[in-house]
Amino acid sequence: MLLASSPSGLDTGDTAWLLASTALVLLMTPGLALFYGGMVRSKSVLNMIMMSFVSIAVVTVVWLTVGYPLAFDRDAGAGLIGNLDHLGMAGITPSSLTGHVPTLLFAAFQLTFAIITAALISGAIADRARFGAWVLFTAVWTVLVYVPVAHWVFAPDGWIAAHLGALDYAGGTVVEVNCGASGLALALVLGPRVGFKKEAMRPHNLPLVLLGAGLLWFGWFGFNAGSALGANGIAAAVLLNTQVAGCAGLLGWLVVEKRRDGHATTLGAASGAVAGLVAITPSCGSVDLPGALAIGLAAGVVCSFAVSWKFRLGFDDSLDVVGVHFVAGVIGTVLIGVFATATMTGRVSGLLHGGGLGQTGKQAVAVVVVAAYAFAVTWGIGKAIDKLMGFRASRDDELTGLDLAVHAETAYDHGVLSHGATHLSVTAGLPHSSDKAPVA
Amino acid sequence: MKLITAVIKPFRVDAVREALTGMGVHGLTVTEASGYGRQRGHTEVYRGAEYRIDLVPKARLEVVVEDTDADAVMDAIVTAARTGKIGDGKVWAVPVDTVVRVRTGERGPDAV
Repeated sequence: MLLASSPSGLDTGDTAWLLASTALVLLMTPGLALFYGGMVRSKSVLNMIMMSFVSIAVVTVVWLTVGYPLAFDRDAGAGLIGNLDHLGMAGITPSSLTGHVPTLLFAAFQLTFAIITAALISGAIADRARFGAWVLFTAVWTVLVYVPVAHWVFAPDGWIAAHLGALDYAGGTVVEVNCGASGLALALVLGPRVGFKKEAMRPHNLPLVLLGAGLLWFGWFGFNAGSALGANGIAAAVLLNTQVAGCAGLLGWLVVEKRRDGHATTLGAASGAVAGLVAITPSCGSVDLPGALAIGLAAGVVCSFAVSWKFRLGFDDSLDVVGVHFVAGVIGTVLIGVFATATMTGRVSGLLHGGGLGQTGKQAVAVVVVAAYAFAVTWGIGKAIDKLMGFRASRDDELTGLDLAVHAETAYDHGVLSHGATHLSVTAGLPHSSDKAPVA
Repeated sequence: MKLITAVIKPFRVDAVREALTGMGVHGLTVTEASGYGRQRGHTEVYRGAEYRIDLVPKARLEVVVEDTDADAVMDAIVTAARTGKIGDGKVWAVPVDTVVRVRTGERGPDAV
């Protein structure tokens, strides 16, 4: 994230690219919904998709009331949080500028990051969360966890950006480490799914997973290259780094599983691509193409092993938010200290380009602090919501499937009998009408 | 009359259907089924986690024929469904009291 400190008027090219990027990043969350939805069992696919979709709505409202000003208004002290100068976006007009783009657009672009980070957490608690509790969680979590971390890293006066000097171009800490540590905390609060490690919980629709992965990949160009906040050579370099790392991650994962398990799988391809894309997210603006290749490859290989930790350690991170997002986020953030090149960063060089170990240390500190903060606060929020209203769905609802139990819907109407469905009544009519006659 | 039921490999259904049509049996009910006999399931791998899948996809065929045709029909099904590999399935026959054709109300062998 390069926030220009000396605005000198609006740049239409930069603005056009950021408008497009904002739309690209927003599409990632429905993409994530499909990516996750295909991985769960068919009895809770709608609930999985719904957790992402409702994040779009909840986080948008929270972001535009308190989230954006707390994250990006001028620092309130020590680089920890912004103040509330622009509560409810008050005082920000179409002519307000951040760098060379409208502040309203910058706020919208940042909003799409907040949305997907909250939605990513849902993968750790698939098939077993109460929906109302999740809605409340996304609102509280955005304010207490996402917003401070975004301020530390993305605001020019945040402590990680300004004082520590760790680099994170598009959110390796803010998005990936953050959602991974938070997902782990929430998975521990809710406990494992009924039958975890005993029953086969196979993905019910792999084409959906691959379609979702494709949409994520597509949107990632906006995520990373949009973070240049300009239509320029850095954006182009970032875009190509993103592509290379996704491809290296895909190939790395496939090679490991072909040798280890005997088969190159579609789920492995999708997971490897996402792992590579996650790892290049923090580093896309500080490495060259060989660096991007190495980082993507490292993420694909390491994550293909990391996804087994949950079975060994017994925590049910159902869709591997830890094994993919946390692990690849750490890899990408820390390896900036190794692969950073001054041709991209303008100043900082990593170990391989004569920069010593100092930057790696800073990167590691950023990772540890963000992970610890996200884990601790998320655990507290999860416990509090559990006490307040119960976070875990009932055993019966979980076994029935949340689609039916929570949403009164089923995802698939296959077969010739339509499950024996009959039209009963119309509930969306006049409030006091007891008329059950057919509607015209 | 006899009800002949066959549980066979799904990709042999077309061969069985052609064989039965060839010998004048014009009617067949096919259901997708799953199960296992001596053939056990297979292994699937998702993100390095191996799952054993015990139930194998099968097709269940049902056809009602006159007693005199039953042996020939069973033989035809067995011949057409056989691959020689484990999991080819089973065919069995049970006696049927009555059959009614819904459209015309015909009963007994005329309805078959």
